[in-house]
Amino acid sequence: MKKDIILAGVGGQGIISIASIIGYAALEQGMFLKQSEVHGMSQRGGDVSSNLRISHNHIASDLIPFGQADMIISVEPLESLRYLPYLSGEGWVITNTRPFNNIPNYPDIDKVIEEIAKVPHHIALDAEATAKEAGSTKATNIVILGAASPFLGMAYEKLEDAIRFIFRKKGDKIIDMNLIALKAGRDFAEQHM
Amino acid sequence: MQKLLLLGDEAIAQAALDAGLSGIYAYPGTPSTEITEFVQNSRFAHENHIHSNWSTNEKTAMESALGMSYAGKRAMVCMKHVGLNVAADPFINSAITGANGGLIVVSADDPSMHSSQNEQDSRFYGKFALVPILEPSDQQEAYDMVHYGFEFSEKYKVPVLMRITTRMAHSRSGVARKAEIRKQNDLKMPSDLRQFVLLPNIARKRYKNLLRDHSSFITESESSPFNKYIDGPDKSLGIIVCGIAYNYLLENFADRNVPHPVLKIGQYPMPRTLVEKMADECDEILVIEDGYPVVEELLKGYLGRGLKVKGRLDGTLPRDGELNPNLVAVALGKPDTFGLPVPELVVGRPPSLCSGCPHIDSYYALSETLSALSNGRVFSDIGCYTLGALKPYEAINSCVDMGASITMAKGAADAGLIPAVAVIGDSTFTHSGMTGLLDAVNDKSPITIMILDNGTTAMTGGQDSPGFGKIEEICKGLGVEEAHIRILKPLKKYHDENVAIMKEELAYAGVSVIIPRRECIVAIDKRIRDKFRNK
Repeated sequence: MKKDIILAGVGGQGIISIASIIGYAALEQGMFLKQSEVHGMSQRGGDVSSNLRISHNHIASDLIPFGQADMIISVEPLESLRYLPYLSGEGWVITNTRPFNNIPNYPDIDKVIEEIAKVPHHIALDAEATAKEAGSTKATNIVILGAASPFLGMAYEKLEDAIRFIFRKKGDKIIDMNLIALKAGRDFAEQHM
Repeated sequence: MQKLLLLGDEAIAQAALDAGLSGIYAYPGTPSTEITEFVQNSRFAHENHIHSNWSTNEKTAMESALGMSYAGKRAMVCMKHVGLNVAADPFINSAITGANGGLIVVSADDPSMHSSQNEQDSRFYGKFALVPILEPSDQQEAYDMVHYGFEFSEKYKVPVLMRITTRMAHSRSGVARKAEIRKQNDLKMPSDLRQFVLLPNIARKRYKNLLRDHSSFITESESSPFNKYIDGPDKSLGIIVCGIAYNYLLENFADRNVPHPVLKIGQYPMPRTLVEKMADECDEILVIEDGYPVVEELLKGYLGRGLKVKGRLDGTLPRDGELNPNLVAVALGKPDTFGLPVPELVVGRPPSLCSGCPHIDSYYALSETLSALSNGRVFSDIGCYTLGALKPYEAINSCVDMGASITMAKGAADAGLIPAVAVIGDSTFTHSGMTGLLDAVNDKSPITIMILDNGTTAMTGGQDSPGFGKIEEICKGLGVEEAHIRILKPLKKYHDENVAIMKEELAYAGVSVIIPRRECIVAIDKRIRDKFRNK
């Protein structure tokens, strides 16, 4: 099993947390992993992305070649489109539909959603609203992770375990809230696949 | 031992701790910052009194590390590539003095300029200084190379340069640690107490030593575990591949079997016999290296009449920018791969000053102050405030190197551009602005210097600012008149007051320093969260 994943969003939206959870779950299953992150200047409200590769076999490149990503997981709708050149023909886009509007020329959100709808395989949901129902908008990224979970090629429980581990210092309340958020994202994806 | 999931930067730091490090010295700079931060956050480092406080700039860091090496202990100094320009004087001379305790200089290059003003290649510096260079292809190699590098440094009494790139620094993968942690060296003076005295007659001898050892460095490269000649049946092409580019090469062969002979380079100077072997048995050579065409130029020679060499110089690969698997595929004559095009409506999302950032208020006040004058008077510097060049502020006209704001404003004023303004952050000011300020004071230059004091080194993630609480004392000490050191609070409600102060100081025909002081909004947020966490 091998999954090449592009994580996308805006600096501060928690894409590194998504990567950490998937990464932990992959390592617990004895998989190889390479994850390339963005640090520095772009974290100041700019677009950020991460290349996450997990595989049962040795991984060569830190970067995913164009046209070969199995999925784009995006916490922001416009950002989900920026990385389409990486997506394979069979690949999925899993994205939040709630825009993060910090630029003066942000395009019409309806047109952005239309473009997402043109991608053959996609899951688009208002993850912020879903996260709010789950307990906090802070779990928006975890809702998105939940929506991506059916495509990750690993047992759902492994992701739950990873959340318990990653948030272990934050207390049971935070863990439970994130588990609810994960499940809400998962449920949405299963109904819309 | 179970593998750790580490960034390249973290693997280097972990290796240094495991290899008996006594001190790490650095000024923060993307993509090198996390090496030092890893040591700062390490309980092991605290318990073993390993030095890890930030230095004021890369030069002071390099010299401190050299001092620790002089005293017999293992030291590491880390910087981003342009930091090596700042540290170049001690770095080049450290090759002549040589080391005593193991000394590794880590320089993190940034091809494609993700967070930098150029993409210079640190391997040039290594060659310039005649020191060995290590360049890892993955995080495990980065870990292993630090151990090897310290041993090498102590064997030949020479500093070793470790060159990484952004992709190596900021990519994670599994790293197996060595089972044993080496003890720190004891304090031990150099056997020759004149070794570090570079008087001409001593320096000439030391330089001859270095030249003699340089041929040993080549021999070492030829048998290095990091330089591998991997044979392949198709000799129409030989491939020389450096550092992380090796991964992009392998990515293009599903079974990881490259049909051509491959020379994988991880240690310089170049292993001469291995290169000769490839030149003898292959029709032409493709060089794949991230950064400048260092190896390619070396092989090609000035006239290019010898070997047939392909790479960045003949367009087989792009001349600039970071490599990736696709570029390497095309260079190998393989088909390129494509996904979907980016829809036309997708616009750029450049980084921007945070909402609530004090620099925003400083820039609005400054722009209003200057609105009656002709444009183009604001010389700025390296930091978050460089984002003031972008819309909607468009408030600055230069960003060149650490500290250049003050001296460029001075030079422009010397030329007759009066008033000229410098905008510099507190940490950049202590890094390289103080000496320029002294020049301006001595010349009574009619410039206004804004030291944007947010109390932290913000751009790289909020590290300690070396001049914290000392900025106006430093200015006074350098001779700025007290009446022309003005401290203001950059807030919207004080806008008119701040503009009035700026106008007064612009009208003064000498050196003025205005210090807009308000804590970085990200630093406040972090401080409050840490407080909450510790409750």
